[in-house]
Amino acid sequence: MSSTFDQIANIIAETCDIPRDTIKPESHAIDDLGIDSLDFLDIAFAIDKAFGIKMPLEKWTQEVNDGKATTEQYFVLQNLADRIDELVAAKNAAPGA
Amino acid sequence: MDIDYFRLIDRIVDLDLDEKKITVEAQVPAVHTIFEGHFPGFPIMPGVLLTEAMAQSSGWLILGVLKFERMPFLAIVKEAKMRGFVSPGSLLTIEAKLEHEGSGFAVTKVKGRIGKDLKCSAELTFGLAPFPDPALRVHMDAMANKIGFPLQAITHD
Repeated sequence: MSSTFDQIANIIAETCDIPRDTIKPESHAIDDLGIDSLDFLDIAFAIDKAFGIKMPLEKWTQEVNDGKATTEQYFVLQNLADRIDELVAAKNAAPGA
Repeated sequence: MDIDYFRLIDRIVDLDLDEKKITVEAQVPAVHTIFEGHFPGFPIMPGVLLTEAMAQSSGWLILGVLKFERMPFLAIVKEAKMRGFVSPGSLLTIEAKLEHEGSGFAVTKVKGRIGKDLKCSAELTFGLAPFPDPALRVHMDAMANKIGFPLQAITHD
C-alpha cells in the first residue's frame, strides 16, 4: 500500500501536470511546485475523495493569516500527509466510524 | 431564460436537500439576437450559455444546501460536453447533484436534457464565499422568489 505522501504526490502530478519525480516530501506546494489556489481546489477535491475526509482548508488558511501557523505546517507535502493521516485517524475514531 | 441579464433559469421544479440534487427548467427564447450570429440559417444555443445554465442550476442547489449563508462562484469547468444541438424555443431541463462539499468549495455534476435527450453535461467546481455585498444577497432572495425556490426546504432541519 502506498504511503499518504505517495498518494498526494500522485494526485498533484496528475492534477497539475507536474512531473512526479520532482515532487518530494520536502516540497512546498506553493513555493516549490507553484500550485495556485485554483489548482489546490482540484487537489483538495481529489484528496477528500481519496481519503474520505474534508480537509479544513479554510481553517488552515485562517490560522496562517492570523499568524497562528506557517504555510510550511500545511503545505510542505510531508506535513500535509501528516495532517491527512491525523484527519483519517480522527474520522476512524469517531463514533459510528 | 433572460439571456440579456444572464438569468438563465426560469423555474425550480424540484429541490431535494437530502439527496442534494435539484431539477430546474430553462426556456430557451424563440428569438434573440444571439441566434442571428450563432449561426445564420442554423440557430443554436452557444455551448458557453449551456455551461452557464448548468452552473446557475448548480448554484441554486448549493445555495439551498448552504441555506443561503454563502454564495457559490464558478471556479472550474471540467468535462463540459455539448452532446446535441439546442434550438431556439426549446425547454431545457437541468439536473444537478452535489458531488462533494469541501472546505470553501463544492463540486457538482450536471446534466441538461430536452425531453429525454441528453444535450449537455459537466462537472463544475465552485468557490464558496460570504456574500460580498448585501445588495447581492437581496437580489438572490428576490430571484429565489421569482423562480420558485422552495424556501421552506431550508427552514426545516
